[in-house]
Amino acid sequence: MDRTKIDDIYRDRVILDHCRNPRNISPIEHYDLLGDAVNPFCGDEVHFQIGLSDEVIENVRFTGDGCAINMASGSLLSEAVKGLTTEEASELSIKFVESMRKSIDQDVDQQFIGELSALISVRHFPVRIKCALLAWSALEDALSTKA
Amino acid sequence: MFDVEKIRLDFPILAKEIFGNPLVYLDNAATSQKPRQVIDALVDYYENFNANVHRGVHTLSMEATDKYEDAREKVSSFINSESSDSVIWTRNASESLNLVAYSWGENNINEGDEILLTPMEHHSNLVPWQELARRKNADIKFIPMLENGTLDMDRVDDLITEKTALVSAVHMSNALGTINPVRELGVKAHRMGAKILVDGAQSVPHMPTDVQELNCDFLVFSGHKMLGPTGIGALYVKKEILESMEPFLTGGEMVLEVSYEEASWADLPMKFEAGTPNIADSIGLGSAVDYLNVLGMENVREHEKDLTTYALNRFKNADLEGLDLFGPDDPNIRGGVFSFNTPDVHPHDLGTFLDRIGIAVRTGHHCAMPLVRSLGVAATARASFYLYNTKKEVDILVDGVTEALRYFRDGPN
Repeated sequence: MDRTKIDDIYRDRVILDHCRNPRNISPIEHYDLLGDAVNPFCGDEVHFQIGLSDEVIENVRFTGDGCAINMASGSLLSEAVKGLTTEEASELSIKFVESMRKSIDQDVDQQFIGELSALISVRHFPVRIKCALLAWSALEDALSTKA
Repeated sequence: MFDVEKIRLDFPILAKEIFGNPLVYLDNAATSQKPRQVIDALVDYYENFNANVHRGVHTLSMEATDKYEDAREKVSSFINSESSDSVIWTRNASESLNLVAYSWGENNINEGDEILLTPMEHHSNLVPWQELARRKNADIKFIPMLENGTLDMDRVDDLITEKTALVSAVHMSNALGTINPVRELGVKAHRMGAKILVDGAQSVPHMPTDVQELNCDFLVFSGHKMLGPTGIGALYVKKEILESMEPFLTGGEMVLEVSYEEASWADLPMKFEAGTPNIADSIGLGSAVDYLNVLGMENVREHEKDLTTYALNRFKNADLEGLDLFGPDDPNIRGGVFSFNTPDVHPHDLGTFLDRIGIAVRTGHHCAMPLVRSLGVAATARASFYLYNTKKEVDILVDGVTEALRYFRDGPN
């Protein structure tokens, strides 16, 4: 079998690694924002607790259930937003979702280099894009609870 | 003789490659592929006979009407109906079920009545009854299911009472493959004065069906799962029941005489077929029935039983640690449907992995959410076989699943 085709989606082991060992899953003492997202069609879910210091995301707790892409996306997102202001996190989310919706032959903003680029490559599998986006819905849900 | 390699040549799509691999189509419980003969019948209709039916006196309309009614005769004989007047065209099994729920259910289900279902119903044989029960203040009950995915028939006598108005059961489960003893359920239902409906969406395509032998009051099925086109299905109703039923949809084609104030209904079966029908696809389904008759439904069932036996053995003996294969392990009461789950790989990841090597399986809840939840999982992967599948394809599936488990457990090499 041509392994590269499978590796397109789970490439560099990033997705598999984050799925097996999701980051930021330990309980956090204090949180200011709560966000949830559920895909009723497949049962996948993502939950975030976010602790702020002033406007900066200091602590994130990610919990979820579902496929490798969903779990990896939640874990990668939790890493990516730590240290950002809520406004920056919101901008990142908008840019990320826009990029995921671009067709595969369109260029994507270079800011998604590094581990987030593993998620961007899920665009090769259109039916799985929603798996990568669920965590970002949960993030938006959390950020929208902020007055 | 049942020559699967020869049969495969009739299905143009089976020559397709997916990511450079031969297509291994194992999503037949969702929809079947179509043989050249069915595709040709559709083209032939549009090129040579296209006209509206039951209307014009012109030649073309009469030819279209003949072909259309001939298709109904074929479908009627295929299920051994006493009369083709008992066969109503619908879009699919779901529409057939809704027709029964509205047309028969509205007038025959009353407050306090009970509708008895199985826990393995497709949403299509659950939601219409939930809605009817809500409208009528009726109750829905379920026959319990045993661990091996079969019905607990010992409980049925207690569950069917004078209150029971309808027993509605799937003949073959689309999620587990279980073949339910619907004839026996019918005997028990009739003994208490209840009606029996058989959901044949998964059974009519895969085994001989005889409505007189089953003695069912209603049978529903879809054309697209039995080599026919999408958008055409059928409802069989025992004639004396059908004659007492009010129309479901009203308008053109289903009337005898219309004034500005009122209308009277056409005879069966047209009373239940308002509007211009799906002529082309009815003819296509007739052609699918011809194809199945040439193969012989007994032979189709034998072939699939053979595949099922082989697949059950391969799954059992493969290196698939932790894999849960749902449904009964006796091929005599199981069709070629294999739902499975593994703690190490989510079904969607498994589905994507298998797709990359050319294998089409379904992942999710298979429109049987309560059942899949009762198995303790959110989703399963499902491989479902049909008459053109081979033992070699069983091997490709089991090897593919084995490789996927290794990949997700150990990571890429």
